[in-house]
Amino acid sequence: MTELSLGRQHLRWVGWLRDYGVYAGIVVLLAVDTALNPDFLASSDLRVQTFQLVPTLLVSLGMATVIATEGVDLSVGAVIALAAALLPLYLGYNAGLAIAVCLAGGLLAGLVNGLMVAVAGVQPIVATLAMMIGLRGVAVIFNGNQAKPVLDPTLSALGLDSVLGVPIMAWLALAVVLALVFLVRRTTFGQHVLAVGDNRTASRLAGLPVRRVLLTVYVIAGVLAAAAGVLLVGHGAEADPANQGLNIELAAITAVVVGGTPLTGGRIRVVGTVAGALFMQLLSATLIQHDVPNSYAQILEAAIICVAVYAARDRGSR
Amino acid sequence: MTSTDTATEGSTHLSTTSGAPTRGERLLGVVQRQGAFAVLVLVVAVASIASPGFATVGNVTSVLVGNAYPALLALGMTFVIISGGIDLSVGSVFALGGVLAAYGAGHGGPIMAIVLPLAVCTAFGLVQGLLVARAGMAPFIVTLAGLLAARGLLQAISHEGQNTYQVPAGSWFATLGAGTWGPVVTVVVLFASGAVLLQRTSFGHNVFAVGGNANAAMLLGVPVRRTRTLVYVTSAALAGGAGMLNAARLTSGVTEIGVGYELTAIAVTVIGGTLLAGGAGSVLGTAAGVLLLAVIQNLIGHYISQYGSSASAAVNGAFLAVVVLLQTYLSRARRIT
Amino acid sequence: MSAAVLQVSDVDKRFPGVHALRGVSLTLAAGRVHALVGENGAGKSTLIKVMTGVYRPDAGTVALGGEPVFFGGPIEAQRAGISTIYQEINLVPLMSVARNLFIGREPRRFGLVDVRTMNRRAVAVLREYGLDVDTAAVARPLRALGLGAQQMVAIARAVGVEARVVVMDEPTSSLERREVVTLFEVIRRLRAKGIAVLYVSHRLDELYSICDDVTVLRDGAVVHTGALSDVDRLGLVSLMLGRDAAAVRSDGVTAFSSDHGDAVDAVDRLVLRAENIEVRHRVHGVSLAIRPGEVVGLGGLLGSGRSETAKAIAGGLRRDGGTVEVSGRRLRRDTVAAAVRAGVVLLPEDRKAEGIVPSLSVRQNIVLAALPRLSRAGLLAGRKQDEVVAYFMDRLRIKAASPDQKVAELSGGNQQKVLLARWLCLRPKVLLLDEPTRGIDVGAKAEVQRLIDELAGDGLGVLLISSELEELIEGSDRVVVLREGRAVAELAGADVTERHLMHALASEPEADGDD
Repeated sequence: MTELSLGRQHLRWVGWLRDYGVYAGIVVLLAVDTALNPDFLASSDLRVQTFQLVPTLLVSLGMATVIATEGVDLSVGAVIALAAALLPLYLGYNAGLAIAVCLAGGLLAGLVNGLMVAVAGVQPIVATLAMMIGLRGVAVIFNGNQAKPVLDPTLSALGLDSVLGVPIMAWLALAVVLALVFLVRRTTFGQHVLAVGDNRTASRLAGLPVRRVLLTVYVIAGVLAAAAGVLLVGHGAEADPANQGLNIELAAITAVVVGGTPLTGGRIRVVGTVAGALFMQLLSATLIQHDVPNSYAQILEAAIICVAVYAARDRGSR
Repeated sequence: MTSTDTATEGSTHLSTTSGAPTRGERLLGVVQRQGAFAVLVLVVAVASIASPGFATVGNVTSVLVGNAYPALLALGMTFVIISGGIDLSVGSVFALGGVLAAYGAGHGGPIMAIVLPLAVCTAFGLVQGLLVARAGMAPFIVTLAGLLAARGLLQAISHEGQNTYQVPAGSWFATLGAGTWGPVVTVVVLFASGAVLLQRTSFGHNVFAVGGNANAAMLLGVPVRRTRTLVYVTSAALAGGAGMLNAARLTSGVTEIGVGYELTAIAVTVIGGTLLAGGAGSVLGTAAGVLLLAVIQNLIGHYISQYGSSASAAVNGAFLAVVVLLQTYLSRARRIT
Repeated sequence: MSAAVLQVSDVDKRFPGVHALRGVSLTLAAGRVHALVGENGAGKSTLIKVMTGVYRPDAGTVALGGEPVFFGGPIEAQRAGISTIYQEINLVPLMSVARNLFIGREPRRFGLVDVRTMNRRAVAVLREYGLDVDTAAVARPLRALGLGAQQMVAIARAVGVEARVVVMDEPTSSLERREVVTLFEVIRRLRAKGIAVLYVSHRLDELYSICDDVTVLRDGAVVHTGALSDVDRLGLVSLMLGRDAAAVRSDGVTAFSSDHGDAVDAVDRLVLRAENIEVRHRVHGVSLAIRPGEVVGLGGLLGSGRSETAKAIAGGLRRDGGTVEVSGRRLRRDTVAAAVRAGVVLLPEDRKAEGIVPSLSVRQNIVLAALPRLSRAGLLAGRKQDEVVAYFMDRLRIKAASPDQKVAELSGGNQQKVLLARWLCLRPKVLLLDEPTRGIDVGAKAEVQRLIDELAGDGLGVLLISSELEELIEGSDRVVVLREGRAVAELAGADVTERHLMHALASEPEADGDD
């Protein structure tokens, strides 16, 4: 009896950590930072933080959608590379066209991923791994080994300018977050994503378009990754397909998992994902400010991933 | 008794084929298992005829030696993937092994240079294995965290990559990786041992059983959790050992090494015919996969030298996609019957 | 009478909410084949798991050769000489036949596995089991063999471990008839060697051709044990179902009304017509026709292909042959979506795995299939949804804290009603109900039964699958009886009685002219 209630208590604690841990983490970090350095919020350049945060956040949101269907997309970094390679090629015509081509490239990559997963039935991790390896190679061939300077007014505006004192990038991220929240809460598609991720057999027997849903989530992830690529290029004023977006899949999965979306699907926490990305960004900013070496930051990040996954793991054993 | 026996006569010879794969499926199966080897032979033959520079001793040596140590990551990966898992940390562990070896050589002598990386990397693999096998966490996420952690560890040791430890001049540790054929022989011996371990020991059989059907394996008395843990230990020990040998060859612990090696290791393993879903595969297939990609990279380097590694990455990814689609088609054809 | 090898005495086993075994005793004798029968939930699998060390009994003992034994797991039971052959072949399909046979006890030479010896021994062992193999064949992956041969490898593996007791849990469910014959030869050989065999099957023909003794379980207790020759088929079926074959009550115990057939007979057109439904290894040419307002029962013992037939009609299981017509229009595509569009919906048997979407709310679960109709341009129409959800929660009396409660937190009966609501809001023409009242409490059961009546009264066609005899009889206007994937009888009108149904379930197979 005691054992049972202890077990339940333990479960409740883990569940709390999964659901609210990330918010608590943000609060704690902010508290520690302002305690150690009362000028923290003022001194740390929020704009710089935003520019670093937004591309990762966009990718994380796409990743969260895929993870909600019990999948994963490892190819997002390679899609960023593709966007970086395509952008300079079409920038000569028109910035709008170039951006559209980039997004179309992301869409196509997502479509291929989705077809492999939904129609051919390949495990998501493998299908997107093949894309991850191959696509960056293709991107570098398009572009050449050297990074190219990209000096286009529209793109650098996207990457650097502000409206009402807030970077355009942040407005974009806000729009995507709102759109995704709307998609999840208010549309048929959102319900289908959750149902397919939670119980695929039941969804199939309820007549849901399981394949189409899977296909769509990979397309969304691809397009969002391409958008992140455009922003990265605009902000950095250079296209470097060999290096841009490296390891971003890792950061995105971390943000999603830390934000409380379980890897087992059936649940998506959009705001939690935003908080997850914010938490990781804040953590690294804090560590940098206190001169903690990058090495320890990485080890800490690894530990946080493990804890988050462990906390989300017990969900199934209701 | 006799009457039973005669009654049995007519009916004992059970069909061993009903519900078995069709000839087409079997052919595809052969393609999947031996495909890498066949393509390798084909590519080498064509290249030898078409490109006079290919079949020279110098070129062959550079292909083999250049790919020797990273091939060991694929050897470990073969065990992990056959057991139904995946190990994304091997690239980082490879680099960690190298840094530890160089550090050990400078701070404790040759013995330390060998023992330190092997011990630390094995322990690293043990932790990952326990998280997968005991805590029931998904292999890809555990080893993804491992990728970060091992990289962080090596940066901590090397003062954020600023210190590149050197193997002291004259240390016999450096001779471990020296010579033109030394590395090749070492790797061939390790692959052969790996093949024996996988095919001829009960540990190897257990790896197949766990990856093929973990539930059945448990009922057949296979120590499932121990086997799962051990494959990650094996993989990390091989990756660390490979890094150690590589450091001996370079006589320094390069920190910026091994990034993305895990992807190549997975790709060559799968191209070599190991099923990503687990349960089937072979060390020799992986060897063929390693050689095939090395040869293709070499050829691409000859013709479109400026984008050598990118073009081979593209080919690599395309190969992987084709092989995986083939595998999925095959296993699905089975599942329906 | 030969010596007792395995003795189970007064075993009790409880799970939360279920008393699975109540003082069960069973004795297996050397050189005898003992049948264990019982319907779903009777406790057969729990008993087997207690015997083979998967579960520890709450009370009672298991004795092997007179000595009480305690097993920590299936491996220990195996080492002690109790081997189990499971319904699903628990081997590793991608490993070679010989490795499957010898894993964990491979022959060695110089510390390494001696593959040549292993293969040679595998050939010798398998030949004993009637498999015509050579050393090349045993080196190939197990899945290259047919299912029957694979099952035989599983048996050879199990028996090879110096077994004294062999437990076979529905070993023939995936076998062809010819393979069954071979299996029986093997069982006879085991019997001749003095091995005790426990044989679990629902196929009466098999029981009567191979078994010596029988134990019948019902609701976790032994209701009969003795020589099989002392019970005839009808007696056995009535023991399993808990019915006295002679005295069938005329009075109903269910909530179904008794005025069946009146509204139906007048109408000639069919709402559903399924012809020659074929699913490989499972269903063989079953045809069904349902009129509007009619409840057609689908009877049969466990494993007779009832669920598969329903699933194949609803597009949930790939049809290997046959056609489905709804109101005279043939379904062109064999998918759930096509069936749902045409108005044919299935309430699956396994509520948890195939029905509910556990972490979604009651509301989300109810409107799941109707989303396209309850939305405009992909946007959810909140108010329309609320109306539908409120209407059905009220009409079906779904008890939930709120429509936003997670469906996983509801009781079984309420979950079932949520699933019914999911389909009813689509206004279907045909309801295929697979065990709609299984595992739900008495009150909810009566409500569901009344609801089925009402729906039929509204003109829906209903296919009712139930393992409960009275539910089938009192709920249906007609009953089609399946055995081994074939329709073997159809009862209509005054013939829909327990006596007739039990005769149909127990009947001898007709002379096999068909294969």
